[in-house]
Amino acid sequence: MTVAIDRATGKRSGDRDPRPGLGRRFKNSYQRYWYAYAMIAPVILVLGALVLYPLAYGFYLTLTDADSLNSARTIGVNEIEATYKFIGFDNYADILWGETAYDRFWSHFIWTVFWTAACVALHYSLGLGLALLLNQKLRGRTFYRLILILPWAVPTFTTVFGWRFMLADSGLINSGLDFLGLPTPAWLEDTFWQRFAAIMVNTWCGVPFMMLSLLGGLQSIDSTLYEAAEMDGASRWQQFRYVTLPGLRTVSSTVILLGVIWTFNQFAIIFLLFGNTAPEAQILVTWAYQLGFGQQPREFAESAAYGILLLGVLIVFTSFYRRWLNRDEQAAI
Amino acid sequence: MSTTTITTSAAADQAGQAPAPAKARGRGGRGLAGTLTSHGLLVLASLIALFPIVWLVFLSLGPDKDDYLHPGRIWSTMTLDNYSFVLQETNFFDWLKSTLIVSLGTTVIGVMIAATTGYAVSRMRFPGYKKFMWVLLCTQMFPIAVLIVPMYQILSELQLIDTYLGLILVYCSTAVPYCAWLLKGYFDTIPFEIDEAGRVDGLSPFGTFFRLILPLARPGLAVAAFYSFITAFGEVAFATTFLLDDEKYTFAVGLQSFVSEHDAQRNLMAATAVLIAIPVSAFFYLVQKNLVTGLTAGGTKG
Repeated sequence: MTVAIDRATGKRSGDRDPRPGLGRRFKNSYQRYWYAYAMIAPVILVLGALVLYPLAYGFYLTLTDADSLNSARTIGVNEIEATYKFIGFDNYADILWGETAYDRFWSHFIWTVFWTAACVALHYSLGLGLALLLNQKLRGRTFYRLILILPWAVPTFTTVFGWRFMLADSGLINSGLDFLGLPTPAWLEDTFWQRFAAIMVNTWCGVPFMMLSLLGGLQSIDSTLYEAAEMDGASRWQQFRYVTLPGLRTVSSTVILLGVIWTFNQFAIIFLLFGNTAPEAQILVTWAYQLGFGQQPREFAESAAYGILLLGVLIVFTSFYRRWLNRDEQAAI
Repeated sequence: MSTTTITTSAAADQAGQAPAPAKARGRGGRGLAGTLTSHGLLVLASLIALFPIVWLVFLSLGPDKDDYLHPGRIWSTMTLDNYSFVLQETNFFDWLKSTLIVSLGTTVIGVMIAATTGYAVSRMRFPGYKKFMWVLLCTQMFPIAVLIVPMYQILSELQLIDTYLGLILVYCSTAVPYCAWLLKGYFDTIPFEIDEAGRVDGLSPFGTFFRLILPLARPGLAVAAFYSFITAFGEVAFATTFLLDDEKYTFAVGLQSFVSEHDAQRNLMAATAVLIAIPVSAFFYLVQKNLVTGLTAGGTKG
């Protein structure tokens, strides 16, 4: 065992006496760590009851044909027993290879991947650009920073409606485009423009977070590195490429991972921007929600199966991402 | 992530006092044109950031629900009627009450649980530590689609649909793991010497935690509390699904109720949105400032 310092008691587990027997070790471990366990106990209870149990139950549901018509429910004074039955992996098979699987799953899947990639790329590049601008010695820098984090400070569910008014058929944006003699797309009706609008609004909402995180990263880069680079005659671009980017590596890998997870799971923006009106622009999360709650009868089992598939995608992505980050043994998280 | 954010703002202030990197590069010679370009880009970005919000405020002053199509009209008919209507005739205060109950409930419960957890994982390398951290991280990845269906079924079995408690519990499931991560990061920055000093003075591990570490960790706790509050405040999917009674709606649900299939009271909606956004954003900026000073002071100096 490596030397692990129990920081609360200051003991080193590495320099203990000859290894005691198994029973003793359990007892030791209990004596030493009982308060640690006592402190995590509430969170384990909460996570178990609120996350792991629902997860297990949800997974069980995906193996049944549960919908709102055959689930247990109470109508007035009548309690109706659940009558759904176990059907194995049929739901998954149907979603992935069923007859209209392309329309129901794969088209949304492709759009979700594109949405995630595009949004995160935009968030990151714009955030980095603004962070670089804000990292200079400029008059009014604090003021700019305060304004620029506004989209993050104001609750998303209010600003999305602001966008909705602007994007409406003869709303402000189209009036402006018309005034300039440009074509006026039907932002909230036409599939392509719906997608475009969704990415635009999400970018607007997500840049401030990236900007602040990256600004923190930029400011933690040692300024002597830039001096050294300058001494060696590095150009601006070379400084950026060989000092700034490597210096941002840790922050970047974390915020990109978080960005991917959040964007992939982004619910509020698409849901509030389009409601039920845009089946083609729904990413998988909102689509699963529609199946489970936005229609009658509510397809609980299918919706839950989408959820499990989504989680699978994310876990696979995350493990690959971590492996890719760790390729030269630089653990990020 | 918010840890990075905080350090950001802290660092930003420090850099304001000692502009080291900028100076270093300034020597490389950034001409007037460069400065102007920077200002230009920043002004443009600020306008883009500001505009949708200003537009919402502007629309909220127009008396007619279709004014968003003819914004020019608003100038001549500007009025605060929407605000008085929203405050007097709608369920605004009911929504406010439920939003506050749910958000504050989540904040209090979430931060309490997360603080003990964060401290435990920051100070003690107990068996199962790595797996536990991995589980905490994984819960961040849960799409709402994974939990919403089983949660709905479980809550309806427990008769917790359409109750505040049900919603608070659901929100805790997302807020707690994240806050635990965040607070672990913060506790890591508090030197162990403080724990040791507490131990030498005869405090139990719990005493150390409650009397020494928690007071020092106030800025970190503030971030965690703020994060939980904002998550609960702005959450849409669960609230939309689990709240049925329109007097129990949180703002995120109530705001949607202005637009139905038949009617869209956009002017009222805009006014409500502004009423919601102003206190929250004010709070955001207020907290942000405290966070900066708290953090720069932090650690052993405290």
